[in-house]
Order: sequence, then structure tokens, then C-alpha cells
Amino acid sequence: MHKGFIRGISAVLIGLWSAMLFSETEGVFDEYRAMLGDDNPAIFVIFDGEEIWFTPAGPKSASLEQCDLGLGPGVVEGAYAQLPRYFADVDRVQDVEARLEHCMTQLQGLTPAEVHGKPYSLRGDLGTELEALVAWIADQSSGLAIAPMQAHAKERATYELGERLFYYRAGPHDFSCATCHEQGGRRIRLQTLPNLTTYQGAAEAYSSWPAYRISQGIVRTMGWRMRDCMRQQRMPELVMGSEATVALQTYLAVNGAGAPMAAPGLKR
Amino acid sequence: MASRIRIRAQLKDDYCEVKALMRHPMETGMRKDQSGAAIPANFIEDIQVLHNDVVVVQAYWGAAVSANPFLGVRFKGGAQGDVVKVVWRDNHGDSGSGETTIR
Repeated sequence: MHKGFIRGISAVLIGLWSAMLFSETEGVFDEYRAMLGDDNPAIFVIFDGEEIWFTPAGPKSASLEQCDLGLGPGVVEGAYAQLPRYFADVDRVQDVEARLEHCMTQLQGLTPAEVHGKPYSLRGDLGTELEALVAWIADQSSGLAIAPMQAHAKERATYELGERLFYYRAGPHDFSCATCHEQGGRRIRLQTLPNLTTYQGAAEAYSSWPAYRISQGIVRTMGWRMRDCMRQQRMPELVMGSEATVALQTYLAVNGAGAPMAAPGLKR
Repeated sequence: MASRIRIRAQLKDDYCEVKALMRHPMETGMRKDQSGAAIPANFIEDIQVLHNDVVVVQAYWGAAVSANPFLGVRFKGGAQGDVVKVVWRDNHGDSGSGETTIR
């Protein structure tokens, strides 16, 4: 009884201590963000993205100005907040990256292989065109509510697929997204793990990507975040713009719907 | 490299706060690319903050400073409308600058 009591106290003390440590490390990143204030190095990437959008490229030497992101050809403002959505011309639900791939192949005459070649930066890279475009497009929805379309049957089916994938355990570690992201108040190394099944967790995550990663010095997209989570689970590589990545992003966007977009964010 | 610098200068109490965000890869020379080849060092070596063309801050930077560095400094003696300028030079001899007026 006595021993159990002491053990109980020490458990509480350890709990308190780790809670203090936890908030302290969070504080460092908050301080960092506070110091930068409204400044985010992503601004340079946003400028690049805007330039790339209006610059003719590809075999057809066309710009992306006629690209329809869901609100009509050339309408970029507010488009990101409503993605992923169903596009009748391809008869499928697309996220921003899948849509950009569509525009690059249709308007600019690039091959899918060219677009897929290197969507995200590798070690030592200073950013890809896709990352810059997504940063600019997301910035054009800054402050607007996350409002992914869920009117079409395929949009709802995509959400359901996303939910299934989120809970799907597989791979050598028998992992699912839910293994890390179904509960609150936990962390991996020093990073807080958001509970993505809740409105708050999903909203905070979805609204802050794409984001400038301080440790990498580049802007990363939501598509990259999904792919990297899959890599961490030791799953097969998640292909940019694929049904699976669109489904996972739809799941997250719908869970966080209503919250204002605040991308590009600033991350560790 | 014609580099852009985002710069703000704001008068607070008895000092002027300057915040500058500049675009630079700040390569240390220690990193390797995907093929294993070393990425050549490229970093800002010398940076100055000028108030009406008078140097108020000078710093010698090295490879330890992050990519796309953010500089925050405070100095006394600034007045609204004065010109604040930030100028850097890197180890390749490239330079960048940006200026603003104190508000």
C-alpha cells in the first residue's frame, strides 16, 4: 500500500515533468514564429510561383493562365480552399497537384512522366516549380474558409476512401495514419501529433500546408506531407496526384472544413 | 544574383526596430546532393545595416546561419522617414540589398 502510494506519486511527478518539458519545447517554436511575425520566407517562393504561372512553358509554349482550378479558367483566388473537388473534364476528384499536372499536360503539352519526374525537392534542392506554384495558389486562398466540395457522389466517395485509408493498417510496422493521429496530447520526438480525426486537429493541419520548412529551407506541399507520412509508415511510395493522396487530403479537408486557410505556414 | 530583401523599419519607444528577410541558400559546403557530389559553399559573409547611409550594424556571417536568413536589429537615433538599408555580400562576390523608410 505504502509502496504503491510512493510509486503513484513518482508517476505523477514524472507526468508533470514531461508535461513541463513538452510545453517548453513547444514554446521554442512559438517563440521562433513570434520573432518572424508576419514574415515568412515562403514569400519568395510565392513570388516564384506567380511568375511560373504566367510564364509560357512546355512544347506548346503556353502559360497556365487558362488552367481551371475549379472556379473557371484562370481563376486562382479562392480556388485552393475548395480543393480537392470533382472535375467533369477528367471525371475524377483532384487535388491541386493533380490539377496542375492536368493543366501542364493539356495546356503546355508536357508528358505526365515529365510532370511526375520530380514533383518535390530532393536533398540539396532549392525548390521545384510545382512547390512554388502550389505555394502561390494556396496563398491566393489565405484567410478563406476551407470548403472542399462534397456535392458530387465521387467527392463523397473520395472522402470515404480517405477515411478507410486513414485507418488502414499495413506495412512492415502494421501502421496506419490513425496510429499516430487518432489521439491528442502525444508527440513524436519533439513534435506534437495532432488528432486529425477532430475538427481542431484537422483544421490546424490542413490550413497550414503548404508550409515553409525551416529545417529544409524550402516550401513543402500537402501532397509531400502525405507522401512523407507514408514513407515514415514504410508504405509504398504515395504517388503525387494519385487517388490515394487525393482521398487522404479530402478526408483531412472535410474534417477541417470551415477553418480559415493560413498557408503557406511556417514549420519546424 | 539580384536578390530581394524584404525589410521593415519601425520606430518603437526610443529605438528603431529593423527586420529583414533575405533570400539566400546559405550553403555550408558540407552538404551533398542526391548523387553524392558536394554542393559548393555559398553563404553571406558580410552584412550591413545602414541608417541614412551611415553603417549602424555590421556583421560577419558564416555557414552556420540558416537558409533565407532573417535579421532583426535595433538601433537608436532613427526618425520617421529616415532611410534604412540592408546590404549583404556573399563568398561568391554576389550581393543583395533592400531599403525602406522608417515608419
